[in-house]
Amino acid sequence: MIEQGKILLNEKVGRDIWRMELKCPWIAMKAKPGQFVNVKLNDVAEPLLRRPISLHGIDAENGIISLLYLVVGRGTEMMTKLENGDSVDLLGPLGKGFSTFFHGRRAVIVAGGIGSAPFYPLMEELKAKQKNITMIYGARDAESLTCLDLYEEQGAEMILVTEDGSVGEKGFVTGPLDCLLAERGADFVYACGPEAMLKAVEEVAANHGVQGEVSTEARMGCGLGVCLSCSKKGKDGKNRKVCQDGPVFPMGVMAYE
Amino acid sequence: MSKVSLAVDVGGLKMKNPVTTASGTFGSGLEMVEYVDLSRLGAVTVKGTTLEPRPGNPQPRCAETPAGMLNSIGLENPGVEVFVAETLPKVAEYGSPIVVNIAGKDIEDYGKVAAILEKESAVSALEVNVSCPNVKNGGMALGTNPDLVRETAETVKANTTKPVIMKLSPNVTDIVAVAKAAKEGGADGLTLINCLLGMAIDIKTKKPILGNVVGGLSGPAIKPVALRMVYQVHNAVDLPIIGLGGIACWQDAVEFLLAGATAVSVGTGNFLDPSLTMKVIDGIEGYLIDNGYDDVNDIIGLAAK
Repeated sequence: MIEQGKILLNEKVGRDIWRMELKCPWIAMKAKPGQFVNVKLNDVAEPLLRRPISLHGIDAENGIISLLYLVVGRGTEMMTKLENGDSVDLLGPLGKGFSTFFHGRRAVIVAGGIGSAPFYPLMEELKAKQKNITMIYGARDAESLTCLDLYEEQGAEMILVTEDGSVGEKGFVTGPLDCLLAERGADFVYACGPEAMLKAVEEVAANHGVQGEVSTEARMGCGLGVCLSCSKKGKDGKNRKVCQDGPVFPMGVMAYE
Repeated sequence: MSKVSLAVDVGGLKMKNPVTTASGTFGSGLEMVEYVDLSRLGAVTVKGTTLEPRPGNPQPRCAETPAGMLNSIGLENPGVEVFVAETLPKVAEYGSPIVVNIAGKDIEDYGKVAAILEKESAVSALEVNVSCPNVKNGGMALGTNPDLVRETAETVKANTTKPVIMKLSPNVTDIVAVAKAAKEGGADGLTLINCLLGMAIDIKTKKPILGNVVGGLSGPAIKPVALRMVYQVHNAVDLPIIGLGGIACWQDAVEFLLAGATAVSVGTGNFLDPSLTMKVIDGIEGYLIDNGYDDVNDIIGLAAK
């Protein structure tokens, strides 16, 4: 559906990372963790296309969603200039979200950079199902790790990793993931981040015989499954539309070409 | 009932209003039913179909450019047999005329796809894509050569009794020459225009953004070019035209009608507002009422000559 989202909050929370809260009761009511909205700025001819941004918060009761967004170009740059009371045009909720009906209790969440965005609402759902959560959260540096308090509030055990070693372990998320799965195991692994990371996480999880899901991304034209801009190849040679068949896929499905 | 008549006839394709969808921007229509009442459309023009399934081009397949976008999808589709068996019956339930966009790797292919679709009563017309900028064979390679456009039209006509509408490429020096060739080949109508060939470069990686390097430019950026071509062809060739290129509001659509288009397609605009086609139908009707016309055919080509 299309709904005007009224901005309640728009603040910088990390290096080029902003968090926006929006009042949009219909979308908030229908949204599931792992889904996204396609955001269009009102009354501007430029940029033309909507921007797909995953849901960082879903508060159905109060009709509020939040978006965590990385400033990468003109569209997201313009979003940072919006103020409380302004509106944006939202198309959504779109795509298929995460599953939480796995057998067992131990969930491991692996986030790379802005790939942390969809995991807050997932944690809320996992917590409601009495799952234990460990989050391995990696980024370039300390300033690129955001909203840690929110994840801690959900009772997640946090393992931080930075490429420059400015906080937590130095290196990439796959190292701690490998150790964790070797030492304690897990019942389900969720991952979101760059494709190279997703590919590596899938390999580590498969080595330990653990199943999971990945949230992928692609340049999108429509978000509705009609333009096929985001169509990516699966391991079976068949194409998947990231916007409609995903963005969340079971591990082992996507080819990461 | 509306007090103005919106019905148009594009070379035998009877539309209850002059608004259809640009192939490749609307899927089969089924993906859009949350936003569009398919039964209200003048016609549903579906994603291009080919004889064999096609996987399409490598990622990335789209890039945003000033007032437009580039795409290099590469005619990804499951093939005409799957389309006919799985998709066509579901779209037909909505009752609007269905225009099937067809493409091929060579002229013979076009004939074969046309022959398969000839057997389908749910198909109202064929739109022949001799203009896709994103495939190596067929597509634009045919559409930039008037002789090949004529030959393609003849081949399709030989394999179908349905109206044949040739979708032409704007990537030519003389669009009128290509349009005349299509008419000589027996085309019943023309669709103008497909995407303009373009590219974009990522200054961080210093490489082209699109996996296919070049792609088709669409959106408001191409509207003036599209309008000019519709105008030129309307003045020189006696064939009905489906006009498109950057229609983002009903006023844009009215411009195309005044330039000489009998009908219009909404393309990239569907991505910005999935229900835009509905607003364009209402807007055209309102324009006719406000300006004292009772038939949309009375305004077609008023800006021409």
